[in-house]
Amino acid sequence: MIYEGKQKIWSDYQKEIPDDHWYFVRSCIRQNFFPASERMFTEITRNRLGKDIYENPYHTTCGGIAYHCDTIPQETVMTIVARQFALMTEAGYENYVASCITSFGNYAEILETWREFPELEARIRENLWKACKKEFNKPKNLAHTSDLIYHWREKIAELGKFRLVDKETGEPLRIVEHIGCHYAKMFPHKAVGGAEYPYVLAGMVESWGGQVVDYPERRHCCGYGFRQYHVKANRGYSVSNTHKKFESMEPFHPDAIITNCPGCPYFLDRWQYVIAEQTGKTYGRNGFGIPVFTYEEIAGLILGYDPWDLGLQLHQVAVEPFLDKIGIEYDPKAKYLGLNKEDIMRPELPTSLKCF
Amino acid sequence: MDLYEELSKDYRFKEGLHTCINCGTCTAICPAAEFYRYDPRKIVNTVQSRDNAQIEALLRSETIWYCGECMSCLTRCPRKNGPGLVIMALRDLSVRLGYFTDSEKGRQMLPLTHAMTGNILNYGYCVHPKTFKWEDHQESGPVWKWHTEHLEKSMERLGANYMGEGPGVLRKIPQESLDDLKAIFDVTGGTERIALVEEYSRKKAQEMGMTIEEYERYAFEHCSDEHFND
Repeated sequence: MIYEGKQKIWSDYQKEIPDDHWYFVRSCIRQNFFPASERMFTEITRNRLGKDIYENPYHTTCGGIAYHCDTIPQETVMTIVARQFALMTEAGYENYVASCITSFGNYAEILETWREFPELEARIRENLWKACKKEFNKPKNLAHTSDLIYHWREKIAELGKFRLVDKETGEPLRIVEHIGCHYAKMFPHKAVGGAEYPYVLAGMVESWGGQVVDYPERRHCCGYGFRQYHVKANRGYSVSNTHKKFESMEPFHPDAIITNCPGCPYFLDRWQYVIAEQTGKTYGRNGFGIPVFTYEEIAGLILGYDPWDLGLQLHQVAVEPFLDKIGIEYDPKAKYLGLNKEDIMRPELPTSLKCF
Repeated sequence: MDLYEELSKDYRFKEGLHTCINCGTCTAICPAAEFYRYDPRKIVNTVQSRDNAQIEALLRSETIWYCGECMSCLTRCPRKNGPGLVIMALRDLSVRLGYFTDSEKGRQMLPLTHAMTGNILNYGYCVHPKTFKWEDHQESGPVWKWHTEHLEKSMERLGANYMGEGPGVLRKIPQESLDDLKAIFDVTGGTERIALVEEYSRKKAQEMGMTIEEYERYAFEHCSDEHFND
């Protein structure tokens, strides 16, 4: 194929990402499991990159998880989202960035459904007026927070103190990138690289000096499955899917995994612990697991933030071997300390999975 | 009731089914089909047969509850169908007609509804530390046990605004916003849906000789062997 033709095809997979002025909404899962990651998103974008990222404290859940657990009707989730858009409209913004992949997929699904069925959008507007006396404009641009970090990845690399490089060998670290299913599988044109070539995390890895690892089950779901995790009886589904991914990536010896979905880093981290405790099998070297990071955690490490300010102590898989490979310094004794070095005890250690 | 006609009113169904050619690509890509005795191709084929008796059997079955709604099928279907979307419409109808209590996986609607809608209406989140208990999530590991035992201090260390005023991570959602959510539930059928799930579940609990609390716990914890692939 001629070069121009290739460029034309690739341009179809690109996404327009405005450079500034974003209305920011949070993720239920991330606030619970990776609270420092969300904080780091605003810290990096506002304080290091000087961007306008506005948060309205009156925003709520988008209802996406409840919707995908089949517990709320479609009109309910749509009206909750309409209220979120109304708050954005009141604040005078047009660019909407969600910190959650389920939310991102939810917003994309709703906007597409309204586009196709305008009568439904009209009904939701009536619902919102009846319930909350609010009106809304639809966002001009919809992004996931990883889209923005991707958009600013070169600037982060420029400001960075570290790179994803083995300090002993000088070789790029081998990174598995795991994209949340609802980022690109439902509406590929809303994603950087589409569903075929999702580049949002691969682009970060490459810009920050690492090497992306390809493996057979690269696009397989982490196993969240909504009701397949939230109901205790179903969790075998969840761990089985994670197990399938780890068995597939193991021969490629990744140094770490980077994720952009709120649930995926939790499941890929915690199910490694469960697999190790149940079977004795670990996927990293010397009894460790493969550490799983959010993109803000990796960006934060590149920028030189203290690993414990990034919340890496909340991972069950030890991150220290990865930090050592890059040459990032940390105080092992400070890992589980509270604010102002207050002693708040420390977790017990797992039996099989090696941790600190 | 013509069940196919009823399904056709659902926007997810309108988006998700435009004549399936039975190629089986959805089943090949499906994470649930590998784990459970689940075949999205067969489900879509049953639905498009428009056979009322077969669709009713599906609505009362375990099968429709196996999907994880990852929507991998949507990407790969050569006809742009979305078996995952069809599943969402089937589940919705199963709940509205009360058929969900006929299956073990369907009965999970009660604990799920309580957990999700309780979190939304009480806290403004789908998941919240006050209800995500380590005892029910031991897979979250010793680190999570430690974190939840020292929740306020740990959240403070991580820079969260846990249950605080103003913006920030896990802030207290203002009462005005919670009131809006309640009004949205009332206007859009969310409140009615909770009552419906509770009513059908109560009837089923009686039939099974359980208190509603025993029924809910059993639905949350119990898993028969019949669901899995060999």
